[in-house]
Amino acid sequence: MSILKKALTTAALASVLLAGAAQAETTRVALVVKALGIGFFEAANKGAEEAAKELGDVEIIYTGPTDTTAEGQIEVINSLIAQKVDAIAVSANDTDALVPTLKKAMERGITVISWDSGVAKDGRLMHLNPSSSALIGNTIIKLAADHLPEGGEVAVLSATTTSTNQNTWIEEMNKVMGNYPGITVVGTVYGDDLADKSYREAQGLMQTYPNLKAIIAPTSVGIVAAAQAVTDAGKIGQINVTGLGLPSEMAGHVKSGASQSFAIWNPIDLGYSATMIAYHLAKGDAKAEPGAAIPMGRMGSVTLDDNTEGAMADPFTYDASNIDQFSSIF
Amino acid sequence: MTTSPTLRQIPDRLQSPLARALKSWEALLLAVAVAIFVANALASPWFLDPWNLSDASFNFTEKALIAFAMAMLIIAGEIDLSVASIIALASTVMGAAMVAGAPVWLLVVLGLGTGLACGAVNGVLVAGFGLPSIVVTIGTMSLFRGIAYIVLGDGAYTGYPSGFGWFGQGYVWWVFSVELVLFAVMAVVFGVLLHRTSFGRMVFAIGNNATAARFSGIRVDRVRFILFLLTGVMSGLAAVCLTSRLGSTRPSIATGFELEVVTMVVLGGINILGGSGSIPGVVIAALVMGLVTFGLGLLNVPGIVMSIIVGALLIGVIALPRLWAMWRR
Repeated sequence: MSILKKALTTAALASVLLAGAAQAETTRVALVVKALGIGFFEAANKGAEEAAKELGDVEIIYTGPTDTTAEGQIEVINSLIAQKVDAIAVSANDTDALVPTLKKAMERGITVISWDSGVAKDGRLMHLNPSSSALIGNTIIKLAADHLPEGGEVAVLSATTTSTNQNTWIEEMNKVMGNYPGITVVGTVYGDDLADKSYREAQGLMQTYPNLKAIIAPTSVGIVAAAQAVTDAGKIGQINVTGLGLPSEMAGHVKSGASQSFAIWNPIDLGYSATMIAYHLAKGDAKAEPGAAIPMGRMGSVTLDDNTEGAMADPFTYDASNIDQFSSIF
Repeated sequence: MTTSPTLRQIPDRLQSPLARALKSWEALLLAVAVAIFVANALASPWFLDPWNLSDASFNFTEKALIAFAMAMLIIAGEIDLSVASIIALASTVMGAAMVAGAPVWLLVVLGLGTGLACGAVNGVLVAGFGLPSIVVTIGTMSLFRGIAYIVLGDGAYTGYPSGFGWFGQGYVWWVFSVELVLFAVMAVVFGVLLHRTSFGRMVFAIGNNATAARFSGIRVDRVRFILFLLTGVMSGLAAVCLTSRLGSTRPSIATGFELEVVTMVVLGGINILGGSGSIPGVVIAALVMGLVTFGLGLLNVPGIVMSIIVGALLIGVIALPRLWAMWRR
């Protein structure tokens, strides 16, 4: 008891001091994440702190539940409402369950936006997507084409035949194929986002298409499996594996040369942009309405569509030059 | 062989009621609650705001509703770990009915009814077939939520009628939310049921010695069955509140609630081995847990640290009186 009490009083005193120091006219932006202790979100927090430093009068409250539950996130948001923060930028565990609580926050004058994982339209002013399907579709083929100046055959290793995300991205990729003359997509196979099946499908591709120059895997499971298959077949340098993956899982394959480069959204930029947007909306310098362009500092600006959603940027490219910096993050 | 009887002093009266009350578990808990309240009020300028405290009450009301029934179940020597899964299934049933166009009153009836049915399943397996409740309810924990996952997959039911929002988002008067009032009413109902009725005495008797209780003419299995029904229906009630508060149903709803409910019950001084405990203890424990999580939330203490503190609180509050007793001996 007494230890607990002491701990509480110490925490109490510390927070009173902190609160006193920070309360003067700063804009308090709460970055609410799906759960604490996830590298991706810790990186987003870094970006948010960077934005805060740039803006000067911003205090970031980085918080989230222990587990990725909607109920836990609601408790966190309730305590933020109670603290009368100026803005809440949330990556939601549940599209719908947070809506009533976030509505209450907005009724009490708090600016609410969602980023990364969105909230239904009623529960936020706008949503920031890390990228858009069109940008991703273009990026994955561009990554392959950049290393094939003379053109050549490429194949796609996707997740499941019913994966909405992957199917949309491949569709978008096919739309822009005209911009990459000389590149032909010879086949699409499905590894079901299972490591062993993806590995076998990649082996099959190499056998079926002896002239294959690149495998595009727009899935973090597939890209690792394909890189491993290429390595095991001794075809490093002959076949380049690219697509969407996680730096921590891909670092080895980038260093070995199995993958020249790959892409994924940059969580630092995402946290940075979300903070910038939340700040500008809270200050009233920008309005979240269809067609509006909201400034995001060094990331340019985001234009909102009819659902007041916007895409931040092209997926960020990772290669030998920056993989070490990011592989420790996520 | 004769043994001289040892002289034993028999006090002519037991401790005075006041002294007993002061030394009770509830008094200790209440002191903890007050200490936490004061610490919170000192720590955060936003704590002493009626609306904020009202918002904070949502952190514990639904769990506490189940905790009242769970307390009786644990006192009787049983446990129900499927309560959170009952919420998931009841919420799914309500969602399906909502999509089919059921009116609000029917949604509530179905929520409570699903809870009751789930409670009956547990009750039959435990009281009817004599299976250990911890095994049965670990099984039904997967079973009930599994059904919800089969029905919903990664989908969700949304778009509950606005009238349904009253249960989890409405207010009876000023800052007193519907859930808070429900919590208070149920506290009284369960307090009376456990401490002022013969049914309550039977629950204690079974928890202390089920065999003796059976020989005294108590229909032990019937009482156990009723207790599972009660826990089920209270989980159904919690499902109505939570679904209404979230305005949507997902199969992952209320994940992990069962352990928080059990924590609340144990913190409330209910003997986990059965036989003793009180509803006022559970009420105070609910307040303590609500105050701790909300107070730490206001200080933006990370959730991981928060669960460490709640764990330490639980062990501390339970261990300290025993250590104290050992030290005095």
